[in-house]
Amino acid sequence: MNDKLYRIILFVAALIVPIVCGGVVYALVTDAYDAFEHFGFLNFLTSSQWSYTAGNEQYGALPFITGTLMTALLALVFCIPFSLPVALFVGEYFRGTKVASVLSTVTDLLAGIPSIIYGLWGFFTLRPILMALDISPQGSGVLTASLVLAIMIIPYVASLSAEFIKMVPNDLKEGAYSLGATRAEVIRKIIFPVAGSGIFSSYVLAIGRALGETMTVTMLIGNTNNIPDSIQSTGNSMASIIANQFGEADDLRLSSLIAIGLVLFLITALINMIGKMMIKRARIV
Amino acid sequence: MAKDKLMLWGICLLAALTAVPLLAILGEVLLRGYHQLSWAFFTEPTPTAYKAMKAIEAGEPIPGGIANGIVGTMIMLGMAVIVAVPLGILCGAFLAENSKNRFAQFVSYLTDLLQGTPSVIIGIITYIWVVVPMKGYSAIAGSVALCIMMVPLIVRSTEETLKILPASLKEAGLALGGNKARVMMRVQLPAAFGGIFTGILLAVSRVIGETAPLMFTALGCSLIRFSVDKPISAVPLLIWEFFNDPNLQELIWGASLFLLLFVLALNLTAKYLAKRWNQ
Amino acid sequence: MESVTPILEFKKTCVSYTKQTMAVKYVSAAIERNTITAIMGPSGCGKSTLLRAVNLMHSLYQNIRVDGEILLNGENILSMEPIDVRRRVGMVFQRPAPFPTMSIYDNVLSGFSLNGIKLSKAEKDTTVERCLKSVALWDEVKDVLNKKGTFLSGGQQQRLCIARALAMKPDVLLMDEPTSALDPIATKHIEELLLDLQKEVTILIVTHNMGQAKRISSKSMFMYLGELVEYGDTETMFTNPIDERTKAYLTGKMG
Repeated sequence: MNDKLYRIILFVAALIVPIVCGGVVYALVTDAYDAFEHFGFLNFLTSSQWSYTAGNEQYGALPFITGTLMTALLALVFCIPFSLPVALFVGEYFRGTKVASVLSTVTDLLAGIPSIIYGLWGFFTLRPILMALDISPQGSGVLTASLVLAIMIIPYVASLSAEFIKMVPNDLKEGAYSLGATRAEVIRKIIFPVAGSGIFSSYVLAIGRALGETMTVTMLIGNTNNIPDSIQSTGNSMASIIANQFGEADDLRLSSLIAIGLVLFLITALINMIGKMMIKRARIV
Repeated sequence: MAKDKLMLWGICLLAALTAVPLLAILGEVLLRGYHQLSWAFFTEPTPTAYKAMKAIEAGEPIPGGIANGIVGTMIMLGMAVIVAVPLGILCGAFLAENSKNRFAQFVSYLTDLLQGTPSVIIGIITYIWVVVPMKGYSAIAGSVALCIMMVPLIVRSTEETLKILPASLKEAGLALGGNKARVMMRVQLPAAFGGIFTGILLAVSRVIGETAPLMFTALGCSLIRFSVDKPISAVPLLIWEFFNDPNLQELIWGASLFLLLFVLALNLTAKYLAKRWNQ
Repeated sequence: MESVTPILEFKKTCVSYTKQTMAVKYVSAAIERNTITAIMGPSGCGKSTLLRAVNLMHSLYQNIRVDGEILLNGENILSMEPIDVRRRVGMVFQRPAPFPTMSIYDNVLSGFSLNGIKLSKAEKDTTVERCLKSVALWDEVKDVLNKKGTFLSGGQQQRLCIARALAMKPDVLLMDEPTSALDPIATKHIEELLLDLQKEVTILIVTHNMGQAKRISSKSMFMYLGELVEYGDTETMFTNPIDERTKAYLTGKMG
C-alpha cells in the first residue's frame, strides 16, 4: 500500500464523522419541518399545549424545555457538594495514594451503571423514601429525577475537576505554604482561582450530559405534559416525552417530537461547545 | 488549624458518601435478583403476560428468562463492533496523524459533538435513516444506532493513545524505510493496542446498557431470533418491558443483575488493562 | 590522493524551520567512505537537524524546509523518494527505541517487514545472526530471540537498534547521540563496536561528548549557530584548531 492510498483511506474514514453529523442535522430539520410550519417556529417553542385530540392537535415544546432545564440545573445544584469534595480528595488531599485510586474506581463504576438501572433504583428505592419523608408527596417528579441525575453526573464532574486541580503547579502551592498559609487557605486562595475555570467548565459539560439523559428521567419525572410549577410536581423532559410517545406517534405528533429532538440536539450541542471551548482555554493556562 | 482538620474530615465524609449509591444499587439489585439467576433464566425466552399471570395466580415463580434479550444484545453489539472498530481506528489514526490540519480539527470537533449527542436523538435518527426506508424495526437498525454511539468513543481513545506514543517509535520505523501505512500497521497500532482495546471495551460497556435508542429501532421481541431484518430484543429493552408490565415485574431484578454485572466487569477489566498497559 | 565521488556530500545545505529562523546555514562538506565523522557543537547549533536532513526526517513535519543539495553517491537525495533514501541511509536515535511489540528476531528484520520485503526462513536466520554478531549481541541473546526487545538493558537495546539499521545494508549510518542515554560501560561497548563497523559502513555521528569524538572519529565537524565552522581531521582539530570558536568550545569556554 503506498502513502497516497493510505492517506485516502484514512481521509475517507474520517469523512464519516462529518457525514453522520450533517445527516443528523439534515434528517432532524426535514422531519421537524412539518411541525414548525404548522405551528410556527417561535410559537412551537413557547406554546405549553400538548393535546392530540384528532382534529384539534396542539403541540408546543415549552413544558418539556422547562422540565429539561429544571431537572438539569437542579441536578447540578445537588451534585456540587459531593463532586467538589471528591475532586479535592482525589486531586489534592490524597493525590496518587491507594485510597484515591479506590475512590476513583468507585466513581468510575458509578459512571458505568446503565441509566435504566439508575431509573429502577430511583423508582423502587429512592421514591418510597422521599414519600415516607414527605419530601415529595407523589414520589415521582422533577425533584426525584434530578436527585438521581445528580448521582449520575457526580463521577463525570469529579474526575474532570480533579484533573484541573492536579494541574495547579506545585510551586504556587509551596509558595503559599511557605508564607504560612493553611491547607484550607491554599485551596481557597490558590487552587480555586487557578483551577476555577477548568472546574467550572466541567460543570458546564455535566449539564450537557444531564440535559439529554433519557431513561432515568422517563422513569422518575412522572410523565405529565404540563409545565412543572414546583420542584415537587411532575412533568416531562424533552428526552422523556420522546421516549414515551415516539413509538405511538405519527404525522404531526411525530414531527413535533422530532422538532423537540432538534431543539434538544441544538441545546446540548451549544452547551457542549461552550464547555469544550472553556476546557481548551483552561488547559492552556 | 482546627478549621483545616474540619475541612479534611468534611471532605472525607462527603467523598465517602458518594460510594453509598454504588453500594445501594449493587446491593439492591443483587439481593432482589440473585435468586432468579438459573439455567432457565439464560436459556429461555420471556414468557407472555398471560403465562406470567397464570403463574402468579398459582403462586409459582414466573417461567422463562431473558435469552431472547441476551441473543439480541449479542447480535446487535457484534454487528456494531464489526463496523465501528475499524472505522473508529482509521478515523482516530487520521486525527492523530494530521493534528495540525484544519479538516482534522473540524472532524475532531464533530466527534465531540457526536459523542455528546443524547442517545434518544441517535434513536430518532436511526429511525429516520433505517427503520423508515426498511419499512420496519430490525436488528440492523438497532446495531446502526449502537454503532453511531460507539464510533466517537473509539475515535477518541485511538487518537489519544496514538498521540502519547513516543515520536521516536514512528521515526525509527520511517528511518528504516517503511512507508507510513506499514509503520502505522506494524509499529504504531501494535504499540497502541492496549489503549485502543481498553477504549473498545469501554465503548461496548457504554452502549450495552442503552435503552432509548433501541426502543425506536430494534423494538423488542419475545422470541429468540437470529434474523437481522426483524424486530429483536435486548437486555435493557427487556428491563424496560418488565418495568412497564406489572405481571412481569418480578423478572426485572434478574435481568438488571445480569446487565449490571456484565457492565461493571467490562469496566473493571478495562481499568485493569489500562493500568497494566501504562506501566 | 585518488579522486573518487565522496559517499555523502553537503552542498550549501540549509534547513529552515519557518521563513525567519535558519537552523542550518550553507553547510558544505564531503564525507569520506568508511570513516567515522563526528559532528560536534553546543546545543542548538543545528547538528541534529543536519543529521536528520540526511534521512529526510524533515519531510514528516510541514514547517521544515531543506535547501541546497545533499548528495549520496553523487545523487541529490532531496529530489528522491524518502523511502528510497531511508533504505540506503540507516539511523540510530538518542534513546534506544526497539519496537515494543516485536521480538528481538523481528526487530532485526523490521526494516524488511516495514518495506514489504519477503525473506525465506533461511535468509531471515542468516540476516539475524549476521547483524546481531556484528553488533556483538549474538552471544547474549541467541537463546532469547523470541523475547521482546524491550526486556534488554539500555546498551543492548541500542545495539539491537544498530543491528536493525545494519540489516538493510545501508551505505551510511546516522547516529544522533547514540550513547547519551547509556551508562559508561555500555557506551564503551558501543564505541568499540563503531570502530569495528566502519569497515562496512560510513558513520556520521552527532555527539555532545568531546572525548567520544576524539576516541572514535577520524574526521570531525564543529558547528556553531547553524554554521559549519570547521571540518577536518579529528587529530588536527583537537590539537590545533584554526577557528577561535572551535578553540573556545574544545577548551570548555563555550557550553
